Amino acid sequence: MEGVRPPEEWIRAAAETPRGYGAMKRKEDARFVRGRGRYVDDVVLPGMLHGAVLRSPLAHARIVAIDTSAAEAHPRVRAVITGETLAVLGLAWMPTLMQDTQAVLATDKVRFQGQEVAFVVADDHYAARDALDLIDVEYEPLPPTIDARRALEPDAPVVRDDQEGRTDNHVFDWSSGDAAATDAVFAEAAARPDQQVIGADVLYPRVHPAPLETCGAVADMDPVTGKLTLWTTTQAPHAHRTIYAMVAGLPEHKIRVVSPDIGGGFGNKVGIYPGYVCAIVASIVTGVPVKWMEDRSENLMSTSFARDYHMRGEVAVTADGRLRAVRVHVLADHGAFNATAQPTAFPAGFFGVFTGSYDLEAAHCAVTGVYTHKAPGGVAYACSFRITEAVYLIERLVDVVAHDLGMDPAELRRRNLLRPDQFPYRSATGWEYDSGDYPHTLQVALEKAGYDELRREQAELWRRHAAGEDVPLRGIGLSFFTEAVGAGPRRTMDILGLGMADGAELRVHPTGKAVLRVSCQSQGQGHETTFAQVVAAELGISPDDVEVVHGDTDQTPFGLGTYGSRSTPVSGAATAIVARKVRERAKIVAAAMMEAELEDLEWRHGSWAVRGVEGASRTLAEIALAAHSDLELPEGVEGHLDATTVYNPPNLTYPCGAYVCVVDVDPGTGEVHVRRFVAVDDCGVRINPMIVEGQVHGGLADGVGMALMQSIAFDLEGNCLGGSFMDYLLPTALECPSWELGETVTPSPHHPIGAKGVGESATVGSPPAVVNAVIDALSPYGVRHADMPLTPAAVWRAMQGRPLRTDLAIS
Amino acid sequence: MEITVVVNGRPHTRDVEPRLLLTHFLRDELSLTGTHWGCDTTTCGACTVRLDGVPVKSCTVLAVMADGARVDTVEGLATGWGEGDLDPVQQGFMTCHGLQCGFCTPGMLMTSRALLDQDPDPSPETIREAISGQICRCTGYENIVRSVRWAAEAEQAARATAASTEASGVSS
Amino acid sequence: MQVPASFAYERASSVRDALDLLRRHGPDARPIAGGHSLLPMMKLRLAEPTVLVDLGGLAELAGVAIEGTNIRFGAMTRHADVLASPVVAEHLPILVDAERVIADPLVRNRGTVGGSLCQADPSEDLSAAFSALRASVVISGTNGDRVVAVRDFHRGPYETAVAHDELVTDVLVPIRPRTGSAYAKVERRAGDWAVAAAGAVLTLDGDRIADAGIGLAAVGATHFVAVEAEESLRGAPATPASFTTAGALAAEHVRPVADQRGPVDYKRHLVEVLVTRTLTRAAARARGEA
Repeated sequence: MEGVRPPEEWIRAAAETPRGYGAMKRKEDARFVRGRGRYVDDVVLPGMLHGAVLRSPLAHARIVAIDTSAAEAHPRVRAVITGETLAVLGLAWMPTLMQDTQAVLATDKVRFQGQEVAFVVADDHYAARDALDLIDVEYEPLPPTIDARRALEPDAPVVRDDQEGRTDNHVFDWSSGDAAATDAVFAEAAARPDQQVIGADVLYPRVHPAPLETCGAVADMDPVTGKLTLWTTTQAPHAHRTIYAMVAGLPEHKIRVVSPDIGGGFGNKVGIYPGYVCAIVASIVTGVPVKWMEDRSENLMSTSFARDYHMRGEVAVTADGRLRAVRVHVLADHGAFNATAQPTAFPAGFFGVFTGSYDLEAAHCAVTGVYTHKAPGGVAYACSFRITEAVYLIERLVDVVAHDLGMDPAELRRRNLLRPDQFPYRSATGWEYDSGDYPHTLQVALEKAGYDELRREQAELWRRHAAGEDVPLRGIGLSFFTEAVGAGPRRTMDILGLGMADGAELRVHPTGKAVLRVSCQSQGQGHETTFAQVVAAELGISPDDVEVVHGDTDQTPFGLGTYGSRSTPVSGAATAIVARKVRERAKIVAAAMMEAELEDLEWRHGSWAVRGVEGASRTLAEIALAAHSDLELPEGVEGHLDATTVYNPPNLTYPCGAYVCVVDVDPGTGEVHVRRFVAVDDCGVRINPMIVEGQVHGGLADGVGMALMQSIAFDLEGNCLGGSFMDYLLPTALECPSWELGETVTPSPHHPIGAKGVGESATVGSPPAVVNAVIDALSPYGVRHADMPLTPAAVWRAMQGRPLRTDLAIS
Repeated sequence: MEITVVVNGRPHTRDVEPRLLLTHFLRDELSLTGTHWGCDTTTCGACTVRLDGVPVKSCTVLAVMADGARVDTVEGLATGWGEGDLDPVQQGFMTCHGLQCGFCTPGMLMTSRALLDQDPDPSPETIREAISGQICRCTGYENIVRSVRWAAEAEQAARATAASTEASGVSS
Repeated sequence: MQVPASFAYERASSVRDALDLLRRHGPDARPIAGGHSLLPMMKLRLAEPTVLVDLGGLAELAGVAIEGTNIRFGAMTRHADVLASPVVAEHLPILVDAERVIADPLVRNRGTVGGSLCQADPSEDLSAAFSALRASVVISGTNGDRVVAVRDFHRGPYETAVAHDELVTDVLVPIRPRTGSAYAKVERRAGDWAVAAAGAVLTLDGDRIADAGIGLAAVGATHFVAVEAEESLRGAPATPASFTTAGALAAEHVRPVADQRGPVDYKRHLVEVLVTRTLTRAAARARGEA
């Protein structure tokens, strides 16, 4: 049966790479398949209490009074915390990652539906939930600002009137590129008969990462030692520890953040949420551990949404399809608090990569952020700091250009893709792309898809449809993306002043077994396996002999965490380098063991060997034992093999990929069926191709979900219409085709092992491919654009020439 | 009220509130935390266990409704601690990278086991249908389908071996 | 995870016992079968019954069987058992079509026929399918049984003809010769509630339509049916033109509301498309062509 076995190349790769790379079973899986993973909600501590958050039913209201007496009288309730309680401690508000403030528990007003108002601590989860119903909050409802496109109008209700002197909802303006040079190209294109300006309004609607495990924490403040242990769902345990120290005024060495097994993150677990802070305060107040796990509605309604970018893009293009310049305006909806997580100098993240994979003369974008009465966030969702939005825009625009010029979208891309000889390439907005062979990657994808044959089939179906036959409309969608992942360098990239560099420590025990300690935190990426493989490859030992420790700030060196596809580019590089340091230390010991000169030693088949002397070699295990023994070492050499390092990346890595999606649209109902999806990724050297492919598979499903069904719209009263899994639809196995994957390999020239990040490539690259396919299918109806999610209703309305606005309630 | 549920072959008697959900009975009363939960609306299937052999979402079953019933969870799949003691579906998921974060995995394993007990040779389409009430956010499902197929083929091979051994035993 | 408010629990040992318990505990007591409609509502605290009467032990209420000219569905028959039933496969393809798209396989392992009907959700597929089939519902009370046509069973969203101290015990579907049926649903994703759904039952007399039943879900059709469209078909030739006319009539008379599944014009359009399609398929099945 085809397509059901692990691809042969995984098996081959494992056999052919003596260095430790290649497909191998994941070390972490033995516990997961037995149900012995340990997630935050599995943590049970003696005497532990349970917290629950009372949330606002209204998007905008003044809090007149909160009566907690009935809840406090509940026999199983131990404490009720309100904004007033927190204000006494100076904790009613907390700083966001973007140097704004966010209410932990509302004091003056509520500013979005689902905002945290009170926190109940009870003996058990059921009683805590019961007590929420006993809290009486008197609200004075106020008109909200919901439609981002009207947020800057003079009569729009002001969201952040907590900020003194504020009279509007403007958050920031940010721009990138050369406005004058770009305008000049556009003026010329508009004036010349052989050129034109083509534009489109493109919405990347609000979506939510929705990992299957919701967010939560168990806070355990030891009243005797004053040490806080926080078991929590975090993708960035070290950064969280530092921020808690800054926010709560706790000494940092008295905070231990433990991120155990994490049930998916996708960016949702980068931010710090009010519930975590409430759990900490509750543990301080009650003197015992307190667990808080949000339910699914809380997760969807209050934590870190993603995207919500209203974009206007224009392209200056010649009649023969040469893209000259791109100009973009973005209205960015940040919700009630600017809690997006981007490197400090990048309020719109890496949206500046909107020039995509194309050789442009000029480009400029201007982004305006606004507050609305909606949940805060904008953190992520596997977006590589807003590259998702950038790639979606440019790839949608390229298809609009192809549509308007009557050109084949593959040919249009071919004419404009960067050439291999242009690398390293400095983009019109200043990004230095490290490597790639874009035309080759595109060609591999087109051949794998059988592109020309697909076009012939499509034409035949279109012909039959026009003749009145009952056939589906076939659509073929392409996208070509360039990602920019692996932040820092620390000189230009930081989170709240913390430079984006990662530490690593490698210890080699006397018997040659190794323990690697890294700062990043797996949420399913398989770090325990791939990082062991990197160490194994560098030291000539088995990955089974390397234990990877992560997710505990008391046990691991500092680093910024796992998001933005940065683990392999940054912590993976740190791992390779720290292993090389160990190898160099081992060389000195090996020289002493074999009484050879250092310069006569060579690294051969995973051992240090004397050049030209048969049999004179020492394995790492032999060297490790000697390093801990009574062996006389040269002056100044300490013994043991352990090493540490901090890796500050010189540049981002730039993975790329070419995707082809094939869909059928039912012209009667607007239903979309994804028939095929071909994804060719170039993420440089693949440490474990099995895991890489798994990462790509997940991202492709995400793309199908965002393109076709995931929706968090709001009605004009501010009610969230995507607050449960019955409303916020995630794709099942029935909506996903059997993914067809391919690869090209262009190593990163600056990464120690030539690897690039891949975790988010498919999430970035797949939505435009799916949307382009659907729009392509509808081209017999003259459709050139419609916004995600392309639900059956949205598709049918696009066919009628009356597209739906997908960020607001359907009326 | 007092209930007795046979979980993974062992009877457990507890005095519980009628409103206690089976998921919480397993996780909180019996400390079997392999059964996860991921939503409030009977959608995600992370809590899937077998109730008298049938895969169900344990978040939508009251523990008292399971009084006297047999419940099987992920903790009961393997027969011992060695890799060879794993159920073929567990081996399949490991071999074919059918899991990443591991959160949906116990539920997926229970559905897969139940499917193979009914249909030893399911097509990829049948497998997709069988797991369509469960959300996985990591794998895009393809490797789960491969994992279940791997298990099906492994079990068929094992049965064929057993049959031929038996046949040769009879002839000798 | 959201959890229900407190309640008392009773396990019924027989239908008689269940009826006694319901009567004794008053209108805030609710029977629970598979629990897949009621428990989700209770977890979200949209329903807070004071007592649950569990019907789980009433094996006599489960099963699908031919009884005379009817097919009898016990109220406790699980969706999965409907889908697996050879009797249903032979006589009622509309139910096979419908059950395949009701929720998901795990929910279908627990949810029951009676529970679905009594939930009376306006988007409920079985209500539409049984309405198209002109099924009747057997309701038991302490004073005996009564039979109500399914088209009189639903009194409005989440309201039925069942009193608080009564139970649905059976659904009866007449077996008709020369009859074909089909169901079609547009959903945003597998397992979602319908954007719109239609079921059609056609009895043919040669090339003419002897009788027609059309059920609609999620589009504001009174009693889940399209009576004007049914009327237009009776005695009409079984041709594409008749089906198209019926589809248009059905679309004209529904009263859908806009929600995130779609705007009114789209849902109305779907009624036209789905009625036409299911009539076409039902006719083909009646002729033994599909």
